[in-house]
Amino acid sequence: MIAEFGLAALWLAAALAALQLIAAVLGQRKGGETLALLVRPAAVAQALLCGLAFLMLLWVFARTDLSVLLVAENSNAQSPLIFKIAGAWGNHEGSMLLWVTIMAAAGGLIALIERRLPERTMSATLGAQAFVTFGFYTFILFASNPFNRLASAPQGGGLNPLLQDPGLAFHPPTLYCGYVGLSIAFSFAVGALLTRQVTPEFARVMRPWILGAWIFLTIGITAGSYWSYYELGWGGWWFWDPVENASLMPWLAATALFHSVSVLASRDALRTWTIMLGVVAFSMSMIGTFLVRSGILTSVHAFAVDPTRGMFILVLLAINIGGALALFAVRAGTIAEGERFSALSREGALVINNVTLSAVLGIVLLGTLYPLVTEAFGVRVSVGPPYFNPVSAIFVFPMLVVLAVGPLLRWRGDRLARIKTPAIAVAAVGLAALLALWLIAGIAFLELLGLTLAAVVAVAAFLPLRGRSLKRLPLPVWGMCVAHFGIAVALFGMSVDSAFTVETLTAASVGQTIDVGPWKVRLDAVEPVAGPNWTALSGRLSASYHGGAEHELTPMSRTFWAPPQTTSESALLTRWNGQLYTVIGEGTPDGRWQLRLWWKPFVTCIWLGGFLIALGGFLALVGRVSVDVRRRVATRKIAARRAEMAAV
Amino acid sequence: MSGVRWSLWVLAAFAALLGLFALQLSRPKDDTVPSTMVGKTIPAFDLPAATAQNPGLSSADLTNGQPHLLNVFASWCVPCAAEAPQLAELQREGAPLVGVAVRDQADDLAAFYQQYGDPFSRVGADKVSQLQFLIGSSGVPEIYVVDGHGVIRHQHIGMVRPEDIPDLLSRLKGARG
Repeated sequence: MIAEFGLAALWLAAALAALQLIAAVLGQRKGGETLALLVRPAAVAQALLCGLAFLMLLWVFARTDLSVLLVAENSNAQSPLIFKIAGAWGNHEGSMLLWVTIMAAAGGLIALIERRLPERTMSATLGAQAFVTFGFYTFILFASNPFNRLASAPQGGGLNPLLQDPGLAFHPPTLYCGYVGLSIAFSFAVGALLTRQVTPEFARVMRPWILGAWIFLTIGITAGSYWSYYELGWGGWWFWDPVENASLMPWLAATALFHSVSVLASRDALRTWTIMLGVVAFSMSMIGTFLVRSGILTSVHAFAVDPTRGMFILVLLAINIGGALALFAVRAGTIAEGERFSALSREGALVINNVTLSAVLGIVLLGTLYPLVTEAFGVRVSVGPPYFNPVSAIFVFPMLVVLAVGPLLRWRGDRLARIKTPAIAVAAVGLAALLALWLIAGIAFLELLGLTLAAVVAVAAFLPLRGRSLKRLPLPVWGMCVAHFGIAVALFGMSVDSAFTVETLTAASVGQTIDVGPWKVRLDAVEPVAGPNWTALSGRLSASYHGGAEHELTPMSRTFWAPPQTTSESALLTRWNGQLYTVIGEGTPDGRWQLRLWWKPFVTCIWLGGFLIALGGFLALVGRVSVDVRRRVATRKIAARRAEMAAV
Repeated sequence: MSGVRWSLWVLAAFAALLGLFALQLSRPKDDTVPSTMVGKTIPAFDLPAATAQNPGLSSADLTNGQPHLLNVFASWCVPCAAEAPQLAELQREGAPLVGVAVRDQADDLAAFYQQYGDPFSRVGADKVSQLQFLIGSSGVPEIYVVDGHGVIRHQHIGMVRPEDIPDLLSRLKGARG
């Protein structure tokens, strides 16, 4: 019953999306104002219905209703409740429903609270949102129905063991909030193009949504990276896997977008460019989804491959992105050029930021698609770190130099002489770091540059605070400093990890001690352990840092029985200056055990940096939204006062 | 403004992308990576004996005029154990089998032979996947048909299933001529 209820809610939500679209289109015509009044309520009702459908899906998963095909394939009565619920989005159909739920919720939210833009623009925006959402509804209802029933009820397959991890249970929803949040920027861009309203006000309205989506993406990518680091047991934190790239590309576009939207909001410049980025950012989300779901790229993040579904998403892509790009081509010429600025100005620096970020986006996109291109000509290749790392560094490193000085520049135009002192200070820090590193150790070129730039950016991140009252500093400026500092921290972690990691792979017998970097690790015992839906062999290791106190680590080799699969559960020991990473493998016939040990100095900085970047975004978001709220309250007061005066 | 013109380029690039996606979607997906060495002479190599049980393997052993089946395997690989009965069957049919043990230990291998049998006349130890790279093998197990002049005639990826045996035998016969 519950499943049918959910399906009905989904059909109704789709119908409301259609209504919202039609009302928005007809409402654009002269005399259609009454019809346009329907748009906002339709968006809100659609969000509620779609949310209801998603709740029903969570319900059937929580109860392990095995008569529902999706539950039977992806859940198991023995799994802990949290993984039963996470199972709802750990598969293609459920995750598409989550996707469209977030999209509907975001649309409903702007319909409910956003009142600053002209009503015509708002209604065009909500129409665009309805258009995109409707496409995904049809996809779910006709090609990926999560509520399909099963004729006879079997045992249940269980969530992929790799995904049976609390971190990962919440990883996809976080990323989806980011991907789908960008649909709001997309719809705003389309609405602004349709009604020719590319104004600073439009940028201010759009900005918090972009920031919000971007924060979710940042957290999602950071958490996903940490998850793959400790869960996959390879000791790596980024693999340039197509699915990782699929999350990185929207992030790069969104990063460029909220920098350019700031220029539009403050200076009324970069109008067409901002619109273009608004279209591109969500397009990247959709292309990423397509690449992952259609199975045309080989990836570790395998979803059930189905060419029909792939073709369906491809058609959606063609209509949504192609339509937006065509609209852009038609309308871009009619958008008046924004304010001008000199090359040496805050805007100039932000343009460089945008150009380099777009270049990196292009590089990642090219690297991800290149295997597809060559495959079309019958040649198989795979593209990995040897391409991505140096080629993106070519653009990232200059961008970081600009990041160091850009925030010091004034809007519109500036003189180099004015920022001479801080610029020289930053350069001195860079040179000192370079020299020191060069003297200390034979570090490879990229790592050397990375560490130097990390030092430069770390110092430069806080230079905008110079000469300002810290108490009265607006929150968004704090946000910028924290986020930029986060980049330095992450870059430091990446470079140190890449330059100084020590790795040992041995077959150890019980009682044997192994050296890895500054650590001495002894294998004390290997014991069997039973979990809720797995059994494991657990190694007991004693590790001592430079002969100090011993710490116990228990890496496991787990065997799940639903579905049957063996996973390595790494055990990590975190110190302030790095992590000891241990993995136990299979036993050898002579009673020894495969042990893989890494000492990774400062590796945690990578994710700490990621979270600092997200925190910076959060501070900026809170700052922007609180200003908006205060302004709204003030406007209301003034209006009330005026009404009073008029009455008198 | 030139906005219109560059946006047309973006549109064109997007159309090309769609075309590429559609093309790839319409083709069946094939995840195996065939070796580019098929049809070429096996590069010169000389691997030490993997265990005391069999002598090592060098390229000279494969150019003695007689075709061979070259099996790339390892004791740590589960499908390699699963294909053992089929290898034994091949051996009974008179196929000359030689092996390359990838990233393996002598004692592990000895235990493996004990449990699953040893159909090989020679087994070379490929400690760092050196030969594996040279012949373009992407994993274990794989079996190669090498003719009497050391030319790789055929590559079979994955375990040998009972239904693969006639094909391998006929290819081996073909390599004689």
